[in-house]
Amino acid sequence: MSDLTTLTIAEARAKLDAGEISSVELTQAFVDEIDKADALNAFITKTPEKALEMAAQSDQRRAKGEAAGKLEGIPVGIKDLFCTEGTLTTAGSHILDGFVPDYDSTVTTNMWRDGAVMLGKLNLDEFAMGSSNETSYYGPVVNPWQRKGSNAKLVPGGSSGGSATSVRANLCMAATATDTGGSIRQPGAFTGTVGLKPTYGRCSRWGIVAFASSLDQAGPITKTVEDAAIMLGSMAGHDVKDTTSVDVPVPDYEAVLTGDIRGLKVGIPKEYRVDGMPSEIEDLWAKGIEWLKSAGAEIVDVSLPHTKYALPTYYIVAPAEASSNLARYDGVRYGLRVEGDDIIDMYEKTRAEGFGEEVKRRILIGTYVLSAGYYDAYYLKAQKVRTLIARDFTQAFETVDVMLTPSTPSPAFGIGERMDDPLAMYLNDIFTVSLNMAGLPGISVPAGISQEGTPLGLQLIGKAFDEATLLRTGQIIEQAAGDLPTPASWWKEMS
Amino acid sequence: MSVDLATVRHIAHLARISISDEDAKNMEGDLNSILEWVEQLSEVDTDGVEPMTSVVHMEMKKRDDVVSDGGYAEKIVHNAPAYEETFFMVPKVIE
Amino acid sequence: MSLIQGATGDWEIVIGLEVHAQISSQSKLFSGSSTEFGAQANSQVSMVDAAMPGMLPVINKYCVEQAVKTGLGLKAEINLYSVFDRKNYFYPDLPQGYQISQFKHPIVGEGIVYLDMKDGETIEVGIERLHMEQDAGKSMHDQHPSMSFVDLNRSGVALMEIVSKPDMRSSEQARAYVTKLRTILRYLGTCDGNMEQGSLRADVNVSVRRPGDELGTRCEIKNVNSIRFIGQAIEFEARRQVDIIEEGGEIVQQTRLFDPKSGTTRAMRSKEEAHDYRYFPDPDLLPLEIEQSMVDELAANLPELPDGKKARFIEEYGLNPYDAGVLIMDKASSDFFEDVAKGRDARLAVNWVTGDFFGAINKAGLDVASSPISADQLGALIDLIKDGTISGKIAKQVFEIIWEEGGDPAEIVESRGLKQVTDTGAIEAAVDAVIAGNPEKVEEVKAKPNMLGWFVGQVMKATQGKANPQAVNQLLRQRLGLD
Repeated sequence: MSDLTTLTIAEARAKLDAGEISSVELTQAFVDEIDKADALNAFITKTPEKALEMAAQSDQRRAKGEAAGKLEGIPVGIKDLFCTEGTLTTAGSHILDGFVPDYDSTVTTNMWRDGAVMLGKLNLDEFAMGSSNETSYYGPVVNPWQRKGSNAKLVPGGSSGGSATSVRANLCMAATATDTGGSIRQPGAFTGTVGLKPTYGRCSRWGIVAFASSLDQAGPITKTVEDAAIMLGSMAGHDVKDTTSVDVPVPDYEAVLTGDIRGLKVGIPKEYRVDGMPSEIEDLWAKGIEWLKSAGAEIVDVSLPHTKYALPTYYIVAPAEASSNLARYDGVRYGLRVEGDDIIDMYEKTRAEGFGEEVKRRILIGTYVLSAGYYDAYYLKAQKVRTLIARDFTQAFETVDVMLTPSTPSPAFGIGERMDDPLAMYLNDIFTVSLNMAGLPGISVPAGISQEGTPLGLQLIGKAFDEATLLRTGQIIEQAAGDLPTPASWWKEMS
Repeated sequence: MSVDLATVRHIAHLARISISDEDAKNMEGDLNSILEWVEQLSEVDTDGVEPMTSVVHMEMKKRDDVVSDGGYAEKIVHNAPAYEETFFMVPKVIE
Repeated sequence: MSLIQGATGDWEIVIGLEVHAQISSQSKLFSGSSTEFGAQANSQVSMVDAAMPGMLPVINKYCVEQAVKTGLGLKAEINLYSVFDRKNYFYPDLPQGYQISQFKHPIVGEGIVYLDMKDGETIEVGIERLHMEQDAGKSMHDQHPSMSFVDLNRSGVALMEIVSKPDMRSSEQARAYVTKLRTILRYLGTCDGNMEQGSLRADVNVSVRRPGDELGTRCEIKNVNSIRFIGQAIEFEARRQVDIIEEGGEIVQQTRLFDPKSGTTRAMRSKEEAHDYRYFPDPDLLPLEIEQSMVDELAANLPELPDGKKARFIEEYGLNPYDAGVLIMDKASSDFFEDVAKGRDARLAVNWVTGDFFGAINKAGLDVASSPISADQLGALIDLIKDGTISGKIAKQVFEIIWEEGGDPAEIVESRGLKQVTDTGAIEAAVDAVIAGNPEKVEEVKAKPNMLGWFVGQVMKATQGKANPQAVNQLLRQRLGLD
């Protein structure tokens, strides 16, 4: 019954509820698929025994009538940035070698509470720093999609590349992911999956390996908008262990998917029409505008004047926070240690060997912009610009309910194509990063196929804590885009 | 503003990352192109603008003063590369 | 002004202190693990304190209140808006790789501490600021030939760093400052002030200059953990700096360690390189905003503080400033005094408390709380003196009996026949006997009236000290014809 793996969460839940399938059957189907997909390198750690055990427990709960959770019996993948009790957690880095946490992140705890089953830990850019999933110590993740007539390997986007690839390749029903500058939405767009980055503070950051504390936010990558609503409903919630998590009620996201967006005011930020934007991206955007218009939405031109400064601002703020957040990886309490002549030598050797190039680059940039004499010129300046970026959104959201933009400036590119030029790589996040600066929610919904035959996504940006409108509007785009193709499962032949 | 090789070495030391001559040279180029690129922020007029302190506007919640954690020394040290009894062990530090 | 003499003239010492006071809380500043002293290594450590990946700080409300309370006790401005910053540096006992502290916006601003010096002078020491921060863990270097051992039990314990202005000019003043600060903290109950357990430590900044000159380059002596050592460290360090300058050298700004065994300071090797702490606001925390109403409530419930109590002791009990100053330095002592003095002769009470009582507990190595004599017992003893039942001399004897054996002073006096003899007949008999027995002295005293004391002594001896000395005196004068 290998077609079980193509089900959405909503479909599988219905079959589980109806007793047509068991969680163990469902889970076994995924375990089998995962074993055939090593060529994608989506998993860092597979946990089939644990998965089947959790599935059996779910089936038992269901048999006793105790099953109540939104994700009861649903097999999911966990980005390896989320700490999981008793299971290796690496953040895609050599420096966390052998680290087995004695705790689960709040988000995964919420999901286990709701009955989810863990299939394993998903590959990612090292410490979530990257836009192509090529910086992982465990090697690059491969996009299930290939260009028409080519078997060149493409990147799945990053940093949640393992999450996006595994969902698209039917290796899990849904996956957790995190988004600091676009790390959920950009891989979502590159793989033809739905990527939802909630409002900062909506999901607890407790137990998620930190990259940039003021920007990091957990969210789901799923096959459909409905599944994203189901996942977010489980992942979200106030957490007393995270001071920055917000104490507001979590709506019933499944109930907001009414299909009705009549009268909704949709903003089109003109600054997203960047020079040299490929015409297919522009065409897709225009199509999206038409879809929403014909569903009854009102289209309004808006301006976000500081948009072009969001990326450079991000590349000061995020590395600064990262340089400090990653200071704890020092070879003393966990992970890798490379012996040295003295303590300083031990630190320097451990961190030199334990961190990859991109992580080092960002730590050094971050260290520099915070150092004596440069703080005001870089960090303080960036935080001021950040205030202006957030103010742009506040003003624009006085006249609109949601904004529509492309998710990425291009479709997925080839592995290795952009690794030599960090700046070119950073530009991948040009459409996604500004809302992280303002803490706002965003969703990337698959909306079309590029001339190369690979997926493209459209992004919706919402008001703070208004994920409901994003989901409702996202589903309109999903429906309008119709049945998009899925990638041929070439990887199975390679295993 | 740009960094020279000595600065790269200095910040690498501040960040406790040993760096080879070759890597330092490459890093010098990378850092300078990134710094040059972020330089465009100087175009933005930020006079009188408050720096962002938090995207969430709310009062910081505080916890009560009760002992609710700890008491598991074994769990604290078991992931360590070197430990004895329940102490972490590091190369000798001279104060 | 106290100056030190060098070969080339006089030098003035300039001292500023950064005192780290542990907030008396049950749990840590940002985690729920215990602050108790002396447990098994790493047993009072949470995942947050060990800086495990993904861990986040949550602030302890009580600690915030104690910092505000302390600020009020230092007559300082309370900042309703303050910010926690990260101070970044690598050290094995600093698990996060940064210390959460307050840099640009501390919770407490400028305040003042008054010092009463022995010579009666009052000195004002300005407080620059008070901020909250996390303590580090502990590294032990003597357990293994090539390794240091790290225990994080202290990691994350809440500290108040209280920074003085460089207003002190001698080691005596620095000692008086720390003593006074400790007294204030103990009155407030915000820090137990226990220096042996490290609840109170000082970083001492010392520089020297010619009187009236600009400030000299300072050296910081880290983590000095006794008031005596603070004095010794300053004396040594000032002399060291004077010697260097007078020999034509220059003072290098550096961090030094005090070695109690040799009484000297030496440069810290681990701190040789210049620090660049890269402070920035901790993005895991929000700005700390407190309500004026919370400050007002704490202010309204503030206990009486040493300065206020001293003024009241002078006013209410008529004590002189020195005695009042001695009594208030220890809250328990001042409470003891008040219990003794209430409704009694304050002069007598202060003499007994600061004299015999303090003498006895000091000699026995005890403190007020562990003293075998209670305030009630001492008060009752004073009552017996006051109403003439016993003389002061007998009272000392009774005091010793209570100290050794306990008991009610009145009963002891009664049962041991120590009552003062006021019966004129008995005293007359004794006086007459002494006069009769010493005719030559009787002749002498007529020429030298100050020999009267000898006669008093003889009579007291004959009555085993029980005679009322005034009555003896009066009768002798009469009989010897000295009036």
